[in-house]
Formats: sequence, C-alpha cells, structure tokens
Amino acid sequence: MGRLSLNQRAALLSVILLVVGLLIWEAAIPAQKAVGELTEYERLTGGGTPKAGVPPPSQVIVKAWEELSNPFYDAGPNDKGIGIQIGYSLYRVLTGYFFAALLAIPLGFLIGMSPVAYKALNPFIQVLRPISPLAWMPLALFIIQDSEASAIFVIFICSIWPMLLNTAFGVAGVREDWVNVARTHELGHLRTAFTVILPAAAPTIVTGMRISIGIAWLVIVAAEMLVGGTGIGYYVWNEWNNLDLTSVIFSILMIGVVGMLLDAAFGSLQRAVAYVE
Amino acid sequence: MSKPFLSVENLTQIYPDGQGGDLTVFEDATFGVEKGEFVVILGHSGCGKSTIMNILAGLAEPTSGVVKMDGFEVSGPSLDRGVVFQNYSLLPWLSTLKNVTFGVAARHPKWSKAQVVEHSKKFLAMVGLEGDVIHRKPSQLSGGMRQRVSIARAFANHPKLLLLDEPFGALDALTRGTIQDELLKIWGGTEQTVFMITHDIDEAILLADRILLMSNGPFARVAESVDITIPRPRSRSEIVEHPNYYAIRNHLVHFLGQRSKELSGKAEGSETHRPKRVHIDKTAPAADGPGDAPRRLRAVST
Repeated sequence: MGRLSLNQRAALLSVILLVVGLLIWEAAIPAQKAVGELTEYERLTGGGTPKAGVPPPSQVIVKAWEELSNPFYDAGPNDKGIGIQIGYSLYRVLTGYFFAALLAIPLGFLIGMSPVAYKALNPFIQVLRPISPLAWMPLALFIIQDSEASAIFVIFICSIWPMLLNTAFGVAGVREDWVNVARTHELGHLRTAFTVILPAAAPTIVTGMRISIGIAWLVIVAAEMLVGGTGIGYYVWNEWNNLDLTSVIFSILMIGVVGMLLDAAFGSLQRAVAYVE
Repeated sequence: MSKPFLSVENLTQIYPDGQGGDLTVFEDATFGVEKGEFVVILGHSGCGKSTIMNILAGLAEPTSGVVKMDGFEVSGPSLDRGVVFQNYSLLPWLSTLKNVTFGVAARHPKWSKAQVVEHSKKFLAMVGLEGDVIHRKPSQLSGGMRQRVSIARAFANHPKLLLLDEPFGALDALTRGTIQDELLKIWGGTEQTVFMITHDIDEAILLADRILLMSNGPFARVAESVDITIPRPRSRSEIVEHPNYYAIRNHLVHFLGQRSKELSGKAEGSETHRPKRVHIDKTAPAADGPGDAPRRLRAVST
C-alpha cells in the first residue's frame, strides 16, 4: 500500500472519529432509558415514550432524511419544512447584514481616512460595540413595532462593528507609497478610493465582513427564539416545546452546516481579493 | 542667463525637532535643470535629498522657496512629473501590465483600451519585459524586474520631468548594473529630463550630465555642481578608461568624505546661494604634458 497523502490521512481520521463518535452515542442511549416507575409528572408529559429521551443518531439520520427530502412543505404556522425555516433566517441575516455593510463600509472609509472623524466617533463605537445585540431587542420592538423588522435590526446592529472597525483599520493602513502613486498620477479622490485604497484595504475589509456574517448567524438563532413565528431559531425552540429532541438535534446540525457555508463563501471572497506584497 | 527649464529657488525645509525647537534640514537650495538634462544629486543621508525630491514631485511642501517648471510654480503632484520610488511602489494586486496601463490610462484618458495596452507593452518591452512575464503579479517578480516595471511605468507617461528616488538602492550590485544600462538605453531614445537621487558615486558618473553635491545636514546646501565631461553613449566598462573618470570620481569622493562635513552646520549663507560649478576636463586641448599633469579644475560662478 502506497503512503497516503496528508489530506487522505486527515479525511480517513475524520471518518473514523465520526463513526466512533456515532457508535458511542448510539450505544449510550439504551443505558439512559433505564425505565423505572413513571412518576405522575412523567406520565403527564409523556416521559415514558422513547421520544422524551435523547434520541440515538440513527433516529436523527432518519429524521434528517425525512426533512431534507421534502424541505419546503408548508403545513401551517407550526409545521414548515426546514428549507423554509432556514430561508427565513437567511433572508433576515442577509437583509440586516446588507444594510450594515451599506453603512459600515463607507463610514469605515471615512474614519480610516480622517483622523478627526476617527477620534470623534471612537467613543461612540467603544460604548456601542460591547452591547449584546439582543439587548437592543426590547427597544427595537418598542420603536419599530414589528417583530420581523426588529430581528433584522438586531442583525444590522451586530454586523456593523467588525465591518466598521476592519474597514477603518484597513483604510488607515494603506501604504503611503500607493497613495503617492495615485497622487502623482493625478487621480481624483473618488478614483483613488476605488482604484487604490479599496483594493489595498480589501483583504482587511473582507475579513471584517467574514467575522460579521459569522456573528450575524450566531445572533439570528437567539433573536428568532425571542420573536418567534418563523426561522431556524424559532424552529429549534418550537421543537423543544414539542419535546421533539430528534428535530432539535437535526436543526442544530443544520445551523452548523449553513454557518459553515456562509463562512466558506466569505472565505473564497477573501481569497479572491488577497494579494501578496 | 535665461531661466532654466526647472528652477529651484531658495528652497528651505524646517521641521520641528520634537523638543520645541526647529531643525533646519537644508536651506536656500537653489539650482536649475535644463531640458533634456540628466541631473543626479549626491549627498549623505539626512541632508534632505529625499525631501527635495518629494517637493519636486509635489508630494511635500517646502517651508519656504519655490520650484518652477516651464515658468510655472509647482504645487501639488502632477502627471508632468513622473516618479520612480525606491521601493518600486507597484500596486501588488495588479499584474505587471496592469501596473503600467494604470499610469498610461491616467495620462491618456481618451485612449482606447487597446491603445493603452499597446503603448504599455511597448515600454515594458523596452526594459526587457515581454511575453508571459507581464501577466505576473509584482510579488512573483524579482526586485530588479519590479524596478524595471516601475521605470517602464514612468517613461510610458512621457512626463516633462522624471524623478528617480534612489531607484537602484534596494538592488544587488549585478542587477543594478544591468538596469542602469537599461535606463541609459531607454533614456537615450527620449529627450527626457531626469532628476535622480543616489548615493552611489559610480552610478552617478555613469548616468549624469551633471552632479549636484549636497553638504551634510542640518543646514545642508547644494554646494557644488560638477559637470560630467565624459562623452555619451557611455557604458560601464568603458567609462573607467576615460581620462576624466578618476579625476571626477576623486573629486566626488573627496567632497563626500571630507568637505561635505566641513561645509555643514553653517546657518549663515555664503555670498551666493548658487552651487559652485566645477568643470574637470583632462582631455581639453590644453598644454598639459602627459603623465602626472595636475587635474584641471576651474570654478566658474554661474
């Protein structure tokens, strides 16, 4: 047998870890269900049925197969396909994120280029940045009077900071030489911004965008648990209320997969704008 | 005497010294550069050569004094004054070709894309960059190749004045020699006026029509203007055979080694602000006998 490449060995190890992990999980479940006498409470909550326990991975896989083979069904407010729920979440994340980028990137440019703007805005940024995005929720609900828009606002507010700070940092760090090249070629401010400063700062800006999208995806789950109605966060909470732990575990995995895909998308964007000095 | 093409008048640069006082880097720098002339400025670091260069480029403002080109005062950077920076200043996210078209497109906004590319390729070819190389990013090029790109970018724009800020400072000696030759070749085909900074004496003699010598800072001044009386075209291996070569070289070494120090630190101006013109020519039809004739040194006030 020839030696496997690094990637092949890593993939093999991953598969082994997965299989071993699933086997341990599967094996651990029956032991947990050492059913004794059911208490009054357990009988009332259906505690005696297998559904109440942590499901084994085989059940989760079956559930995943069911859900993923028909992801877009819509059977009323409390029973929508996983695709629809994720779709709602993505819509909120991308909308809030889009508006955040629309504000943060130009503002970051300004802060990065002007020391006065930086010093003037810095105290506000320092106070607003550490606030948990969910702390804005009551205020948003009161002012906006709309749970949908409030969720989007929470995404907006949590996405702003990494993009704003990274843009400012990237723009301020553009090498003086490159700006001088633009100046000796008589480029106007706008052309300098787009042809020299933007590409020069792009790797730093996109890093900020990547951090922001990650945070936005973390926050949407919590936000949707609060506002309810639709979305993957609501789905998790709803299935918990249904005591359908199989669906809870399945949706947790889906949150991970979607988050990974979002990150990968920005990762490839990052590679596209990267340059070597 | 009529106004030269580029006229630098009483340039003075004063920086705060960080302790509440002032530091005069250089003062009353006054000199001219004629059209088509290749002028090199030599001096120790700290004498403000780079500051003079930045002022000529319009990237910095002098504390006092003016720079006039073609009769107009220089204020701010312009496409008429091209700059080759020491660290190449290529944009690393653009390919070699794009780095040149970037400049050409800025110079000729009305040209078609094909025209811009063709013009850029022509100048890249002049510095020996052809074929696949021009599609590489600067990070994939050697230091010498990067500086070639930077030179091509500057020449492609036909600036009225080309400013070279220690363009070969970061290159190894062998590469430096090759690119000096290339610079001479590309310059020979144009009527380009060049103003260059260096601290390499041999490089200065090879390239220049005239060398300006600066005394040490603070209170540095442009002390002498030395004519390089070696006919063109020059090549590195042949100029050392020329009878004037070592006479000029010795004069420069002597200045930089000794007199630049003696002349420095004087706040008071001398009777004239213009540099003393030094003309060394052993081939002049004079009655000097062969052998150990003393070198002819005339100081001509201009």
